Amino acid sequence: MSANAVGAVLDAYRRMADVDAGPNGLNCVLWTDEARALADAAAVDALPQAGALAGVPFLAKDNIATTHLQTTCGSRILEGYVSPYEATVITRLCDAGAVLVGKTNCDEFAMGSSNENSAYGPVLNPIDRTRVPGGSSGGSAASVAAGIVRIALGSETGGSVRQPASYCGIVGVKPTYGRVSRFGLVAFASSLDQVGVFGTTVDDAALALEVIAGRDPRDATSADCPVGSYRKARTNDLAGVVIGRPREYFPSSLDSRILHLCDEALDGLRARGATVRDVSLPHTDLAIPVYYIIAPAEASSNLARFDGVRYGLRIEAKGLREMYDSTRTRGFGPEVTRRILLGTYVLSAGYYDAYYRKAQQVRTLIAKDFCDVFDSGVHLLFTPTTPSTAFEFGAKSDPYEMYLNDIFTATANLAGVPAISVPIGDVDGLPAGGQLIARHFDEQTMFRGAYALETARKAPA
Amino acid sequence: MTIGPDDVRHVAALARLAVPESRIPELVSQLNDILSHMGVLGRVDTSSVTAVAGAGDANMPLRADLGPPIALVHPIASFAPQLRDGFFLVPRLATHEDSGDDELSE
Repeated sequence: MSANAVGAVLDAYRRMADVDAGPNGLNCVLWTDEARALADAAAVDALPQAGALAGVPFLAKDNIATTHLQTTCGSRILEGYVSPYEATVITRLCDAGAVLVGKTNCDEFAMGSSNENSAYGPVLNPIDRTRVPGGSSGGSAASVAAGIVRIALGSETGGSVRQPASYCGIVGVKPTYGRVSRFGLVAFASSLDQVGVFGTTVDDAALALEVIAGRDPRDATSADCPVGSYRKARTNDLAGVVIGRPREYFPSSLDSRILHLCDEALDGLRARGATVRDVSLPHTDLAIPVYYIIAPAEASSNLARFDGVRYGLRIEAKGLREMYDSTRTRGFGPEVTRRILLGTYVLSAGYYDAYYRKAQQVRTLIAKDFCDVFDSGVHLLFTPTTPSTAFEFGAKSDPYEMYLNDIFTATANLAGVPAISVPIGDVDGLPAGGQLIARHFDEQTMFRGAYALETARKAPA
Repeated sequence: MTIGPDDVRHVAALARLAVPESRIPELVSQLNDILSHMGVLGRVDTSSVTAVAGAGDANMPLRADLGPPIALVHPIASFAPQLRDGFFLVPRLATHEDSGDDELSE
């Protein structure tokens, strides 16, 4: 039977034209090739046997390498760059019958929490266009929330899928570090980066993650660990599941309306048989300082390759050194520049031990917190995804205040554990997300909880 | 530890960034503000804690140093700013800049 991929792709482009294009559009999608997508869709329709995602249009964040669309990472320094190889996650989705319909806007090199740092302009939140969609994968999140596609790829370094998913009222998954190949994902902070998935529902996200997960010989950090059928985790029964409520994620300063939504979500999980227990992750308050040392340090090294020699922007100059300086200064935006400077500083002689080495040690303690809690019999942790709902453009001009947006998400990246954000309700018409965190490579239990959480909201017990 | 204008200039030089003088005061202020929040780490006893470079139990694994190289869909010439005979061309090093020869180096 035909998947009607062509029809689905045409629908995606129609929706894109309606909501994304033009001066009043959302600005989610940067690059498209409609003729190529329709040809790919026709090829899918002609296949005798449909793949798991046959005919499903998808979008990918613009830091994931594609061979027929630009990969700019939202930066001027890569404007016009078309990768000579394809990311494994793109190959796997297309092999399953999905059709790539475009690349999405993002904060430059995935550095940001609001999508205000893109060289191609900000993405608007489809729920309220005066507000940010979150970041850095804001274009992917907004495109799913706006109904352009059901599935989109993003990337996570400190919460860049879960935070925009929460702000846009959709589902966002960060898999275990090593669960998904990073081959073709432009490196920001290699020890933290993972490709993540957005879906309109938990089921969409589960299906897409199932397809892209698994060992890839091209990425040494991808784990040779069996991938379960996440969709089989669909259940309404959480009997025997112990859910930890970490007190550090529910400070007295937490918005009382978000606290109320979290309490309701936990009640829904209890009603489905889960046991909820208060737990502690005592080093949580150190996550942002640790993250904002390690991530910029790794970024300063990874982004050294953008120098005008092999690809991307080159500003011509008489001397080599001057060419490096001119190209990088002109090519990088203010936030990327700031993080490169910060990362170079914490790695420089005299400061390495005090900052970088210290941060690596405290990262060990943060990861141990998670292991200790899971070893105590807890299967899942439940927290708010973000301390607030989507904020207005320009509301956070202080860099550190912006960094605090990652306060509930960066810990999972530092520890490498999987986490998912699921909508739990609205505050004044703006969506809020609840986060479930699981043990390393236990996406199965994470999805079991997520399915139940989603059902609980739609059909309270 | 606080950062001064010379620190920013030094780090910018290391990072190959030509930060304009007009931006230095703002960067000094922002970087000092960010680093002031890092001070809390100094109060954590990590004397018996191992530093980790990765997210899992083990440090970063390395792939086998084996070929073949990844097949490229597009030739290098399609994305290299300047290429000749399979080599990337760059401007001469500063030590050669006064020779009056504007040729590019390979």
